[in-house]
Amino acid sequence: MFYLIQLLNAVQYGLLLFLLASGLTLIFGIMGVINLAHGSFYMVGAYLAYWLAKLTGSLWLAIPIGIVIAFAIGLLLETAIFSRLYKRDHLYQVLLTFGLILIFEELRSILFGDEVHGVAIPALLDYSIPLTDTLSYPVYRLFVTAVCLGVAGLLYFVIHKTRIGMMIRAGTSNREMAASLGVNIPLLFALVFAVGMALAAFAGTIAAPISSVFPGMGNQILIICFVVVVIGGIGSINGAMIASLAIGCADTIGKVIAAEYSAIAVYLVMALILLWRPQGIANKA
Amino acid sequence: MTGGEILKVRGLCKTFGGLAAVDDVSLQVRTGELHAVIGPNGAGKTTLINLLSGDLPPSSGSILFRDQDIIKLPPERRSHLGIGRSYQKTNIFLGFTVLENCRLAAQSRAPRLLNWWRDALSYNDELEQARRALAAVALADRADDVALALSHGEQRQLEIAMCLATDPQLLLLDEPLAGMGTEESQKMVELIGRLADARAILLVEHDMDAVFQLADVLTVMVNGKVLATGAPAEIRANHEVQSAYLGSSDEIL
Amino acid sequence: MIPISLPRTALLAALLAIVLFPLIGATFYVQLGAKIMIMAIFALSLDLLVGHTGLVSLGQAAYFGVAAYVLALISPQYEAANLWLTLPAAMAVAAVAALIIGFLVVRTAGVYFIMVTLAFAQMLYSVFHDTKLGGGSDGIYIYVRPELNIAGFKPLDLENPMQFYYFVLILLAVVYAFLNRVLHAPFGRALAGIRLNEQRMRSIGFPVFSYKLGAFVLAGALAGLAGYLAACQFGFVNPDILAWQQSGVVLMMVILGGMGRLHGAVLGAFSYVLLQEVFSAPALLGAYAKHWQLVMGSLIVMIVLVFPHGIGGFLDIVLRRISYRPPSSARTDGT
Repeated sequence: MFYLIQLLNAVQYGLLLFLLASGLTLIFGIMGVINLAHGSFYMVGAYLAYWLAKLTGSLWLAIPIGIVIAFAIGLLLETAIFSRLYKRDHLYQVLLTFGLILIFEELRSILFGDEVHGVAIPALLDYSIPLTDTLSYPVYRLFVTAVCLGVAGLLYFVIHKTRIGMMIRAGTSNREMAASLGVNIPLLFALVFAVGMALAAFAGTIAAPISSVFPGMGNQILIICFVVVVIGGIGSINGAMIASLAIGCADTIGKVIAAEYSAIAVYLVMALILLWRPQGIANKA
Repeated sequence: MTGGEILKVRGLCKTFGGLAAVDDVSLQVRTGELHAVIGPNGAGKTTLINLLSGDLPPSSGSILFRDQDIIKLPPERRSHLGIGRSYQKTNIFLGFTVLENCRLAAQSRAPRLLNWWRDALSYNDELEQARRALAAVALADRADDVALALSHGEQRQLEIAMCLATDPQLLLLDEPLAGMGTEESQKMVELIGRLADARAILLVEHDMDAVFQLADVLTVMVNGKVLATGAPAEIRANHEVQSAYLGSSDEIL
Repeated sequence: MIPISLPRTALLAALLAIVLFPLIGATFYVQLGAKIMIMAIFALSLDLLVGHTGLVSLGQAAYFGVAAYVLALISPQYEAANLWLTLPAAMAVAAVAALIIGFLVVRTAGVYFIMVTLAFAQMLYSVFHDTKLGGGSDGIYIYVRPELNIAGFKPLDLENPMQFYYFVLILLAVVYAFLNRVLHAPFGRALAGIRLNEQRMRSIGFPVFSYKLGAFVLAGALAGLAGYLAACQFGFVNPDILAWQQSGVVLMMVILGGMGRLHGAVLGAFSYVLLQEVFSAPALLGAYAKHWQLVMGSLIVMIVLVFPHGIGGFLDIVLRRISYRPPSSARTDGT
């Protein structure tokens, strides 16, 4: 039973990472932009959940409103800033998005302070399933897992079965070709970017009741998402899925074996992948 | 005068996502021989050069250089064994001086990985070697100019000088005449002719006048496959080659 | 190398000001000066990678921090450590860390390299943050600064801010001169070639991997020197000194000053620390001074958007304006 709980935790964490990493990897793959501020949107989502839940009294309202707000901020950032970055050297992308992180963190500090805030689990899901006499599993975590699976399925469907998905796939493999197919590139880019931001914020909103909201939460998870993208291979949604689950497991196994060193387990997995296949598991050299 | 076979390629294949760019290619080059590879665009000629130089890993087949299997060796190791290559798109250090381009190439022969102290310009052997290479391509008087300031033709010459500075026994030349005017082309043809005396050269070129002027042996590639190999006169008379060329492009032999 | 675009007299005046500054400056500013120079050494180490080899590392703080921790861990608690032992040890550990991590990260390029250097730096951060090895998130205090002892004779007392300033100044000059030589030596020329065109370097026979790894290790050791000095100056270490923000800040310095030129890294460190001091001064921004990173972040975003060819290019233009002033105004400046 103990192992079942750990497995469920690993899958839940892995799927949450996938929501973030899928946007990150698509934005890399299609626009060629490295966005350090991706994690900031996770934080934005979490703080929106905290703020909106307090305001409306319901997380069920906070989640959709939060997503819409994040999507709008994403669109705004894309047109105002990121659209000018696509052809620039990675160095400047790193620098600018580093600046954005500072701005987001300080705005968060000014608006919400530097304390840790909890977000209540909605009453509907606020109970646990007893597994043995002493062990039980919170329903909210199962809910998160299910929702993430749903979103992942939706993403898979959109990318592999729809016209816009075809454009996205064309964009990751060959940008000029996509342009020559008559795809409206600026619109596609803006859309992909905003969806990526919305996904990251969504991950933040639903994770908020589990992890609570705290300063720097976006950066912590951003670096883990980089590990996921490196392992999965840039631009690959399937790679991101496999890598997310692998990292979820590595993290959980690490916590069980040696809690102090659990953070290191994740990076060791990356080190092994780099030795074996530096371009990521989904991309051939 | 031709010597022994310095390069032996057997059954070389390279596929890109199921598409065979180079398909079961076999050929050999002898020292003192100029072996030209011709074929329509997309025939796999540049891919072949990339496989021989190590810039691309082959899917299957074998490459023997001086009877040593080099198929697993990275480009830098092949360079040290004596294979030099030029690129189809001029590939030089534009921000460096002409001399520095060649000096750097010469420096690679005496890898000074751990030399972090002495000024690079104080190694006279390497400077000499670089100057010799420049003289060989008639660029000696441009030595101190920045490579960016050279004309297109001169940049192509510098590209070859960089190879020469590494003293290769086999030169892989990928369309050295691309984009050159008539006069520049003629100079380059003369240069390649001179280089072929003491080395083996594998030449990929579209300029048929130059190819028939220079080549001792011709290989015709179509769709990644070798269509025919032989002396220029044989190739000229080959009906299969004529129809393949006429069927797939407007170039005339 | 003296920057061509700076007039020699201005440079001499600047050097003189740096050397004489501790004699007139208040202790706070002397300490600030030492901090700037420590960051300049740190920025020089990163410029070797970013500006001279074309490797954009976002994890340089790892080696800075590791060396700082080495000093903290091997210093005796209540007496001075021996500088001749602890400094080489700190740099060596930083170099070994760079060798191991470099062996893995140098296989990658472009965006991957950025992400992977950041990730491994974060791994080291986790080691010091999560485990008891380095005192956890509280860090370790260094109560007594190391001692510079040459056969019983102590030329400099590092506890004295002014003498510490000169010690750091000497090391900065040594690192600068050393890197200047390295970049003109065969090793440095090969790095320049790799930065411009890696594929061509391989085809003329350079084992590019080894060269990049060599640069990575050298940069790690020099970052370690800076980290050691920082630990000396601040008297304590905690995981924040190898946090990713630190890596971002030093990258900012390199770009701010104009990468690929050694004096640029020094200038960048100087500008960044000064800007930080100004933005975080309560006298200027009142209650918002503690949110100085908001101003800094906005400035960074503005700079990247407004100067599409990089800040280095912008600085070049400014310097050229200064150095090509009409003779008459130069004369009035001289008096």
